Amino acid sequence: MEKELWKGNEAIAEAAIRAGCDCFFGYPITPQSEVPEYMSAHLPKAGGVFVQSESELAAINMVYGAAGAGMRAMTSSSSPGVSLKQEGITYLAGAELPAVIINCMRGGPGLGTIQPAQGDYYQATRGGGNGDYRTVVLAPSNVQETVDFVQEAFDIADQYRNPVMVLCDGLIGQMMEPIEWHPVKKRALPPKDWAACGRKGRDHHNIITSIFIAAEECSDHNDHLTAKYAEMEKNEVRWEEVQCEDAEIVITAYGTPARIALTALDTLRAEGIKAGLFRPITLWPFPEKALHTLAEQDHVKAFVDVEMSTTGQMLDDVRLAVEGRKPIRYLGRAGGVMPTVEEMIDLVKSALKEVK
Amino acid sequence: MAVVYEKSKGLTDAELHYCPGCHHGIIHKLVAESLVELGLLDGAIGICPVGCSVFAYNYFSCDMLEASHGRAPAVATGIKRTHPDQAVFTYQGDGDLASIGAAEIVHAAMRGEKFTTIFVNNAIYGMTGGQMAPTTLIGQKATTCQSGRTVEQAGMPIRVAEMLSTLDGCVYAERVCVTDIANINKAKRAIKKAFEKQMNREGFTFVEVLSTCPTNWGMTPLKAVQWLKDNMIPYYPLGVIKDKGLEV
Amino acid sequence: MKKEIIISGFGGQGGLAIGKNLAEAGMAEGLNVTWAPSYGPEMRGGTANCSVVLSDKPVGSPVFARFTELIALNEPSLSKFEEGVLPGGSVFVNSDVVTDRVSRSDLTAYYIPCAKIAEEVGNPKVGNMVMLGAYVAATKILKPETIEAMIQSMFAGPKAKFIPLNIEAFRRGMACVQ
Repeated sequence: MEKELWKGNEAIAEAAIRAGCDCFFGYPITPQSEVPEYMSAHLPKAGGVFVQSESELAAINMVYGAAGAGMRAMTSSSSPGVSLKQEGITYLAGAELPAVIINCMRGGPGLGTIQPAQGDYYQATRGGGNGDYRTVVLAPSNVQETVDFVQEAFDIADQYRNPVMVLCDGLIGQMMEPIEWHPVKKRALPPKDWAACGRKGRDHHNIITSIFIAAEECSDHNDHLTAKYAEMEKNEVRWEEVQCEDAEIVITAYGTPARIALTALDTLRAEGIKAGLFRPITLWPFPEKALHTLAEQDHVKAFVDVEMSTTGQMLDDVRLAVEGRKPIRYLGRAGGVMPTVEEMIDLVKSALKEVK
Repeated sequence: MAVVYEKSKGLTDAELHYCPGCHHGIIHKLVAESLVELGLLDGAIGICPVGCSVFAYNYFSCDMLEASHGRAPAVATGIKRTHPDQAVFTYQGDGDLASIGAAEIVHAAMRGEKFTTIFVNNAIYGMTGGQMAPTTLIGQKATTCQSGRTVEQAGMPIRVAEMLSTLDGCVYAERVCVTDIANINKAKRAIKKAFEKQMNREGFTFVEVLSTCPTNWGMTPLKAVQWLKDNMIPYYPLGVIKDKGLEV
Repeated sequence: MKKEIIISGFGGQGGLAIGKNLAEAGMAEGLNVTWAPSYGPEMRGGTANCSVVLSDKPVGSPVFARFTELIALNEPSLSKFEEGVLPGGSVFVNSDVVTDRVSRSDLTAYYIPCAKIAEEVGNPKVGNMVMLGAYVAATKILKPETIEAMIQSMFAGPKAKFIPLNIEAFRRGMACVQ
């Protein structure tokens, strides 16, 4: 398969078109504006619909409408814009509508910076909007994974009738890297016989709603959703372990910091330090069991969690999985400043010193 | 035996939850009859708002979606753009459309989205218990302006049909009421015309229906009708505000 | 083998394009490559830079604090990035614009009069190709044929008339360091 050099954001858009995205609704915001730009130029040619909305709030509700009528719908934004989309995402989850949402994260809080960050981990994995719900969160760490995950996200969304988020950061959106357009495995999907697309002779009318005003009904609905989330946790959890078989110290990182960690591993291993990388690929469902199992291994002495967030957001999930079995050190950089290879190496060495 | 009258096939058999004297029931009927008479019902897709008509999806027999507060025009945009041959309508109240959803309705109209909005203006928030709406009249009492709305506090009420008619994408805007047979007939003609223009792909179409809220106005249904005539119509004049077809 | 390169200059000088050309050519030769731009307000006239990695192994970090080569198209770029070059590394200076000299003695400096050569070739826009030629000739990391083939495909169809011009600029750049 021939390699092509693609910019992350444009690759995201092209991947969606190849996945059969019927419609895209978006609003400009740096560093993801190339997604709507590419969509505006290419999606209509592929027979799809592009609308530049008046706001992120409108965009996600256009997605709600199109998805509710049975379409493959997508929107993309960056952190402050994704905050605005939260209303729509909880309604999508409540009404059980499939949709793909891209968050090309930048620094916050507030307007923050347009440079890359990972401060939206909580928002993405804890729901973000009101109520009890989950969205599958895929976290690619290079452009190839990004295009693969975007394509797969549509199938995951359709399979579970649930929004799926592809959470990358501004660097992945802006960088160029060779990719292959290899075929992505298609899932067997249930028919969208629930869609409110016009009766056209159907013997009943379809209703898309997230309101269940009677307490018992709403409680049942929540139970139904929770059972669905349990299925997702069972089937969709993904992670990668690099050189963890004999690792004394394990870096936990996702997205861009995970690939920075790969460079750190090369240096550490060359110096004889047994370091490994545990990379969650789905942030929800979080690979809790796998990390727990790793933490139970005798050869693992400590963990170093690295994020582009100063408060340590994924750190909470790492702690929950490690359950105090091994010490965890934290390296966080935010506001658009990325953790460096050198910082990772220094922290790994000092953490090892503490436990040896 | 000849059938003199039957319930519209555009409505289900579900019992309406609206208060006695509320005009939603009449307006639902007019929308349903219009869809049936124009042969649009089978493909129609409706969007209900947040507010008293939040459960309208139980009453219309076509496919329906429930939108979040104020976003029905965005939801309708997503549907109509992907289903350009089918009738799409939003059914919204004044809090939903003129307050929280002001951006969505203005931009849908600006883009000339080819769906129809039925805007039910009863000058108050009904479902949440009688709070002030953007369309509440000066001096009118509500639970968040208990001595009556003042200009100083809340400005002058918004005339949505007139505002939207300034946008080129809005091809048809008419204000009607359903207080008596003559007005009900006019209202139905307006709604049918809006759907016809939608299906002709002319642009955004808008029908504002003045409505009573006896419960939150604190009046009997009859008194509410009289209040609507005496107070609302002078501020919200009835009639065609824009009809691009007429101008041409 | 791994090259980590910073290309920096005023927005609009073509630094990002040089980086992209290096990444394209590296990919064509089967290397693993990444191209990561600085983005933001500096795109509108300030100093813009990009980070390029060419490696025979999968690329980990696409960004780095220390690097093997610097291509400095303007003076602020030289002063900002010179100290980040690894000992033994190289600095390519656009000497028509930059009057400062490389101050470190542990680096190899190449002074390339890109604009002057571009003028001589006949089009001021091909200064980037001159710099690319200098880089390729000095580092020997990429084959000149690869770049020339890339130029052929870049200017396909109606733009084909620009091919000889660009190839000449590229070759003149190579000649600067040979």
